Amino acid sequence: MGKLFTRDTQAIFWNNNKTAIQRMLDYDYTIKRETPSVAAIVAPTSGNKFEKFFWGGDEIMIPLYKSTAEAKAAQPQADVLLNFASFRTAYDVTMEALNIGGFKTIMITAEGIPERLARGMNAYARELGVVVIGPATVGAIAPGAFKIANIGGTIENIINSKLHRAGSCGLVTRSGGLFNELSNIIAINADGIAEGVAIGGDRFVGSVFIDNLLRMQENPDVKYMILLGEVGGTEEYKVIEAVKSGKITKPIIAWCIGTIAKYYDSGVQFGHAGASANAERETAEAKNKAMAEAGIHVPATFNDLPAKIKEVYEGLKAEGVISEIEEPEINIVPKVRRPKQFICTISDDRGEEATYAGFPISSVATPDTGKGIGDVISLLWFKKQYPKWATDFIETVIKTVADHGPAVSGAHNAKVTARAGKSVVESLVTGLLTIGPRFGGAIDGAAKYFKYADDNNLSPKEFLSYMKKEGVPIPGIGHRIKSLKNPDLRVTGLMNYAAEHFPSTPLLDYARTVEALTTSKKENLILNVDGTIGILMVDMWRALGYSEEDINEFIESGTLNAFFIVGRSIGFIGHVLDEKRLAMPMYRHPMDDILYDVKKAEKID
Amino acid sequence: MAQKAIREYDAKSILAKHWDKYFPDFTYSYETVLVTSGAELLEAAKEKPWLKEKPLVAKPDMLFGKRGKNGLVLFKDQKPGDVSLEKAAAWIDEKSKEDVEVYFSFDGDTPTGEPKVDRLTHFIVEPFTPHDQSEEYYISATCVGDEDVLYMSAEGGMEVEEGWDEKVTEVAFPITATEEEIAEKIKANIPADVKEEDKENFAKFAIGFFKAYRELNFAYLEINPFVMQGSKIELLDMVAKLDDTAGFMMVEEWGDVEYPTAFGMEAKSPEVEAIEEADAKTGASLKLTLLKPEARIWTMVAGGGASVVYADTIADFAGIEDLANYGEYSGGPTTGETKFYAETILDLMTREKDPKGRDKILIIGGAIANFTDVAKTFTGIIQAFEEYADKMKDVGIKIYVRRGGPNYEKGLKDIKEAADRLGLEIHVYGPETHVTDIVRMALEEK
Repeated sequence: MGKLFTRDTQAIFWNNNKTAIQRMLDYDYTIKRETPSVAAIVAPTSGNKFEKFFWGGDEIMIPLYKSTAEAKAAQPQADVLLNFASFRTAYDVTMEALNIGGFKTIMITAEGIPERLARGMNAYARELGVVVIGPATVGAIAPGAFKIANIGGTIENIINSKLHRAGSCGLVTRSGGLFNELSNIIAINADGIAEGVAIGGDRFVGSVFIDNLLRMQENPDVKYMILLGEVGGTEEYKVIEAVKSGKITKPIIAWCIGTIAKYYDSGVQFGHAGASANAERETAEAKNKAMAEAGIHVPATFNDLPAKIKEVYEGLKAEGVISEIEEPEINIVPKVRRPKQFICTISDDRGEEATYAGFPISSVATPDTGKGIGDVISLLWFKKQYPKWATDFIETVIKTVADHGPAVSGAHNAKVTARAGKSVVESLVTGLLTIGPRFGGAIDGAAKYFKYADDNNLSPKEFLSYMKKEGVPIPGIGHRIKSLKNPDLRVTGLMNYAAEHFPSTPLLDYARTVEALTTSKKENLILNVDGTIGILMVDMWRALGYSEEDINEFIESGTLNAFFIVGRSIGFIGHVLDEKRLAMPMYRHPMDDILYDVKKAEKID
Repeated sequence: MAQKAIREYDAKSILAKHWDKYFPDFTYSYETVLVTSGAELLEAAKEKPWLKEKPLVAKPDMLFGKRGKNGLVLFKDQKPGDVSLEKAAAWIDEKSKEDVEVYFSFDGDTPTGEPKVDRLTHFIVEPFTPHDQSEEYYISATCVGDEDVLYMSAEGGMEVEEGWDEKVTEVAFPITATEEEIAEKIKANIPADVKEEDKENFAKFAIGFFKAYRELNFAYLEINPFVMQGSKIELLDMVAKLDDTAGFMMVEEWGDVEYPTAFGMEAKSPEVEAIEEADAKTGASLKLTLLKPEARIWTMVAGGGASVVYADTIADFAGIEDLANYGEYSGGPTTGETKFYAETILDLMTREKDPKGRDKILIIGGAIANFTDVAKTFTGIIQAFEEYADKMKDVGIKIYVRRGGPNYEKGLKDIKEAADRLGLEIHVYGPETHVTDIVRMALEEK
């Protein structure tokens, strides 16, 4: 209880501040955290899906999202928001996160947020029970568990200042620079800190000294506390009250900086925006005196603070309140690291046996595994284990599109190339290169346009007039000879399979209503095999729980055509091998089959 | 500092600009001009006929109060309410001719404390408003602790300042208070002494006033007094501060507003202004205050907190007599920004020798940085050393450095090498030395 962070705490980092995030991950690696402390990055203007970072000598990817809402939905376990937005937007980012909910702590780094906005934001967070650290802060740290952004500085300094493992001091400061300095002083004169917060330099900050000290009072790892205050404000008096009333019983060492301010009139601003004494009791001297009178350990000057810390620490150790700390083993972050040129997220050949999306090849290859080529595709293409009805459907598609005779342009090209004496692979790719918007591409097109029509609730009639306006024939509709009365049995087979095994087929149902309209105009305007495959793939993915955005992305990236490419490669190779077997000579097209219409070129001056 | 005082004229202009939004039930003539000379006033009269038609009141508009007690409000020539345009213009010229003494506190009518001496440069001129004392009211609002507090009184002017505790009603509101809650609470707390027939209007006005204070991001807003004659309002005297951090949202609402230096404050030196200008342009922070330019200890400290600790420690060890400046650079300034900052300090420091013939001391201090690259910022300081080495040797400067943080080993090594090469005396320490211990070392050495 009473701990701000644990070793499992994860954050959403608002703004892709690569240096700060890398510092967090280096810290994670050093203290041997299992998960990275940054679960997601919000980067509203980035087109990327992830950012690469070092994890020790290796690299990991942190997902990027366009908004806090998306990031939180994808990473609901991340309950800390590190708001690195500028002073212009930091308020909006915080308020949005508070409204989304699910955040326990929000840290705000921007300095100079309009005061009224800062007050409103802080009050709202308090009402919701969310701890706000900042604005105008470098953050907080729970040594050995979680560190915010740049606090503690470099990894070398962190280890020197013993911020890599929990000590027994609870540290609260206003200043971020002095937080670091005090961590160092505490490491030299005592055993380091258990939890530390720099509350921020602006006049209105979220959590104040007393909030943090009361929490530390409840934290069993904290044995004593150090408070570094500043001239200005009356927050230290709340601490004095808590000590007097017995709410805080752990020893506190405290000092307020800015004793010099008494020599100058209020025209000189010493330190932070929050640091300006408006009355005698807000001066550093008055506060230091009042704290000392309340029994708080107050040194004579800042220069004497180290000695005071040593004294209190040694005392607690002699009493047995603090015991010796066993220094944990740490990982050492390599000095020289090189970013990787390539990323692979589907298979891995580094272990005993190569894997497909985490499954050893042998576990999916042989018949006794019960896995087929559909399973392999689901692993390597989608990094998921699809259910049997879906992998069976994938295999059905591949089998259905494997070949369509020698006359289609792709097969013809493959055959001509084979007869020119080229190899299997050369002949095959010649055929494959034919696949595109006119050959095979109707699968993509059908999925795209039917999905568009369905998403936008277009009636079949509206859909037809929309396509007419676009100036394209509806992909997936129409067959050379087949009609409703003389159906394409491949289509019938696919539809029957889907009817029996798919949980539901909303897009196909819609496409059938479109087909009813088109066939009423012309008999052969039926849903053809390309159209049926494209549409049923969408239905499959919907049933598998993919979002509409995911599915659109599959369509955009050409995944549907990929099924056609895999299937038809089987047929092309067949034709190529057929040519080799038949040892047919070089093909030359008969001249009488060509219309020659050549005119003498005109000269252009 | 986030809260900045503005001129009375600007405060009135902001309220006038939004008058119908906040005070739809009242009228305000907004007859007011800000001028710097009599000629300017005469010029303004061509555009604003009321200056010729009405008797006038003229007073300095330079962020200080007690103008009446200092004899700086012109409201009568022979008798109250007879000041003509020409008289006002002549008075302005006369008052701005030479420095004047202004007292900021009074015991009754007797000034107390030391006066500030400065030139009057800005004057506000308005129509003389004949009214009854009983029509004067007081209202102000500011933030106290975490709450906004509205102060209201049935008596305005000097009366309220001298009898604050008995005469003022305070109402506090949390930041989260809704408009309905605010209106209800104000209505329930109208000072009892407000005239019965004015009570309803007073409440309406106070509600609008408080709403304007909140929505227009005032940090402090006072009208003392305002005159209420039915639905007609006159703002006789105003004091206001804006929360300048809200400036980026209030461009339209505030219009062209100026943040003048307070009367009697020494004008900012060009060096300080240059640093302020540089500060406004960077995401980092560059601050400089000159305390005593002839003193011998100069500081160039990184970090808002550390700079205070160094100043405290210098005061503890040497007293403030020897402390020349206060300032800080932080937030990862570039090499160029640091160079400019260092040059500014070295320039100021090398203008004159210590009158007692001692060496000057330059403290280049800082805590252990979180993210500022020490080597990079020190490169800027080294470049400044190169420019000023001869002058520094001429004046006699001992340099004490203490710093930690990213790349600090390189930074410390570089600065030591550069100083040695340039023949400057330097003492360099890292995080193993207590942050402010170089102050002790510098002062102990004879």
